[in-house]
Amino acid sequence: MGWRWDFTFEILPQMAIATLNTILAAGVGYAIALIVGLFFLLGQKTPFKIVNWINREIVEFIRSTPLLIQLFFVYFVLPQFGITLSAWVCGMITIGLHFGTYLSEVYRGALEGVPKSQWEACRALNFSTIYTYRRIVLPQAFPIAIPGMGNYLVGIFKDTPLLSTIGVAELFHAATAVGGYNYRYLEPYTLVGIIFLTLSIPAAMWVRKLENDVNKAQGKIKK
Amino acid sequence: MTYFEFLNEHGVTLLLGTVTTVKVLVCSMILYVIISMIFGLMRLSKNRAIQGIATVYIEFFRGTSLLVQLFWAYYVLPFFGISLEAFTAGVVALGLNFGAYGAEIVRAGILAVPRGQWEAAHALNFTPAKRIKRIIIPQIFPIILPPAANLTVELLKATALVALVTVVDLTFEAKQINSITWLSAQCFGTALLIYYIIARFALVPFLRWLEVLAARKVGKERI
Repeated sequence: MGWRWDFTFEILPQMAIATLNTILAAGVGYAIALIVGLFFLLGQKTPFKIVNWINREIVEFIRSTPLLIQLFFVYFVLPQFGITLSAWVCGMITIGLHFGTYLSEVYRGALEGVPKSQWEACRALNFSTIYTYRRIVLPQAFPIAIPGMGNYLVGIFKDTPLLSTIGVAELFHAATAVGGYNYRYLEPYTLVGIIFLTLSIPAAMWVRKLENDVNKAQGKIKK
Repeated sequence: MTYFEFLNEHGVTLLLGTVTTVKVLVCSMILYVIISMIFGLMRLSKNRAIQGIATVYIEFFRGTSLLVQLFWAYYVLPFFGISLEAFTAGVVALGLNFGAYGAEIVRAGILAVPRGQWEAAHALNFTPAKRIKRIIIPQIFPIILPPAANLTVELLKATALVALVTVVDLTFEAKQINSITWLSAQCFGTALLIYYIIARFALVPFLRWLEVLAARKVGKERI
């Protein structure tokens, strides 16, 4: 049983369409995660100790439990409370929540990366808090956050195959279906691996370049 | 059915699954630590070929999804005459995948030891073996342990995936009980809690203890 090229080309169009679904899932999941991350950041920054504490415990819990079971939990438990969502919606919510906790850490790190003296200078110049954030702090924090944010985009992309377990028709799901139908798993799974490599290596290289650029701009590495 | 009745009936099964999860975790932890040391050193080799092999390995395993690697190890390797047991395939895939991430941590850790330390050890006429053993290695551990701890928590979460290649671990049992009883909230909720307890009250304290130990060895009490 060697590699069969005719079979490979036969399933290639199907896999290409499924790849688009995977990219879509990663994109939507990432967009949700970016927003959810902001909410967790807000929870951390509010002056109420009890909110901080609850927020931290929730983040810890989500971060230290497997995404796979969280997917099952959302997919199987919500219907028991009368909320029936499609597999797509469940998957996007779970990925958004899971990676939102990671992104909130990225945001926090970036905000803390802005030197305290910047805040003090703004106080001295009598800028309002909102103005300080908008014009002074955020423009400096954003470049620091970029590499971390990029890393999690690649991370989400590589975790999308988990969505196949609740029946989202993405790349891995298509490979399993094709493989089961023809009883040949060699080509479909290898193709999935190759497609992932061809998409995620350039993405990872791009993130690394961004990281380098940011470090250079901050003067951590000599130009 | 109350939650206590549920625990009474299915608690033992879930605990047995937990034992398997811990076994998978320990085995893949040992494997990934060994692999990351080997490939981390290979990445720093002056020999272009050795360095190239390590780079290809790291990029390959970091570029593709863990789930794809797992399925490849379990369903595709038999095509090449290598039939692995589900448990072995799971541990090997986890070890290889996390070894790739760990290798980068080891590489960065070795590079982070100041050059002056090498030079000073050289100047004091230490033998190469003594230089590595007494000067360099004790300084590497405090640097690599914090990121390695994060990676190990990720490993615990990733062990849930081996359920998808029929290893009867906690996730597998939870899924099984769910399909029999349809008490999704109870069984997935319990599984999430068990993962959380393992991470929060066993794995993380253990890793913190290692960090403190390593820091004490080079005279940095505070961590």
